[in-house]
Amino acid sequence: MAKQLETFLERLDQANNQADLQASAEDLRTILKVDHVVYHWVSTTGEQYGCGTYAPDWVQRYIEKDYIRTDPVVLGCYQRFHPVDWKRLDWSTKSARDFRREAIEYGVGNQGFSIPIRGPKGQFALFTVSHNCEDAVWAKFAEDHHRDLILIAHGFNQKALEFEGAAQSGPKQSLSPRETDAMTLLAVGYSRAQVAQSLAISEHTLRVYIESARFKLGAMNTTHAVARAMSQGHIVV
Amino acid sequence: MLHFIYACDLHYYPLLQSTMFQDRARQFKDRLGWNVDVDAKGWERDQYDDLNPLYVILSSDGRHAGSMRLLPTTGPTMVNDYFHRLLPDGPLHSAHIWECTRFCLAPGQGTAAASALQLAGGYLMKRFGVDHLVGVFDKLMTRIYRGIGASPQILGNSEGICAGLWGFDASQFEELSVRSGITEADVKRWFSASLAAMGKGNAARP
Repeated sequence: MAKQLETFLERLDQANNQADLQASAEDLRTILKVDHVVYHWVSTTGEQYGCGTYAPDWVQRYIEKDYIRTDPVVLGCYQRFHPVDWKRLDWSTKSARDFRREAIEYGVGNQGFSIPIRGPKGQFALFTVSHNCEDAVWAKFAEDHHRDLILIAHGFNQKALEFEGAAQSGPKQSLSPRETDAMTLLAVGYSRAQVAQSLAISEHTLRVYIESARFKLGAMNTTHAVARAMSQGHIVV
Repeated sequence: MLHFIYACDLHYYPLLQSTMFQDRARQFKDRLGWNVDVDAKGWERDQYDDLNPLYVILSSDGRHAGSMRLLPTTGPTMVNDYFHRLLPDGPLHSAHIWECTRFCLAPGQGTAAASALQLAGGYLMKRFGVDHLVGVFDKLMTRIYRGIGASPQILGNSEGICAGLWGFDASQFEELSVRSGITEADVKRWFSASLAAMGKGNAARP
């Protein structure tokens, strides 16, 4: 399976759009021999999308009933970052138990393993595999594959981040410390003269830093560069 | 006892919370002289405490004895945001690297407490497929790290502040157990208890 997963990751890396991601999720289900593979993403602006193999009527039901508010998997993983076996989550409330029964009826399976992912700037995603089997079998699966699953989860997320930033394209390069300082000070409203003074450099030298940052960010002008530096997480103000 | 608590659940443990942030103020502002903010309550907190980090806290009689703060490097981290000058090869983003910062010991605590935290870190790494912890620390801490047999690989060093990378292999458990008086089984049990209490605020309070 190791070889298959390697090939899978290479193919995932070639994905160009959401349809490719969907095909990847379906491939992965076959490779891992599990009932379902699901990747669900919430962008920094609260936008959601996902891909996966759950039955369409379950997805529809989930959205209709707004189960995102009761699903113990989401509640347990949101804002956290350690992978979790579903058995470890809190299923004690009545709404959680009802939800679980229904999920099983729709073929989700009685077992699951979810990996929360934290991306830059507050992006959040959840990667899940679910299956129908006995506890011991699932525990063994999770033990054997948790490392691979983490890698795959981040592979999906990397793609999703790439798609989100697609409009801005261009290779992402990190800014040097001086470039970051300059962008940060500009972002908080300093004039060029004030920035140069704060950094104890001449305005000419400052121009060099701004110019190189602008280039790295693929920005059209200084204002655009500052905006991109912020949206891409190069600077925090 | 060790606790594994996300920031969002920390308020369920008020004494542990206040003593941890106060001890951090003592260590980072008073002792090491770092330029950190301490609020009216005497708590040292920064913007990364707002990103829902996972704290590993060693307690003694319900009070903070030592702690560290963990964040995944796929999201914002201190080392990538503020200390790139310590990273000659560029920012670190990896599913298999977590950032560990604010490694802090309460006054009077020493090698045993540091080893307990190290053991807890090793346990999390093993359990969650994390190969390395990356951290920013004061050069003065290198002696403590050496003392507990956990010297990091130094990535960069500037003005007394270092960035370092810790690996962990299972062979370290035994020695850390001897030094801390805690076994891997203890850590596992405490982690499960912390996990069960997550977001509920009723079980396993100190």
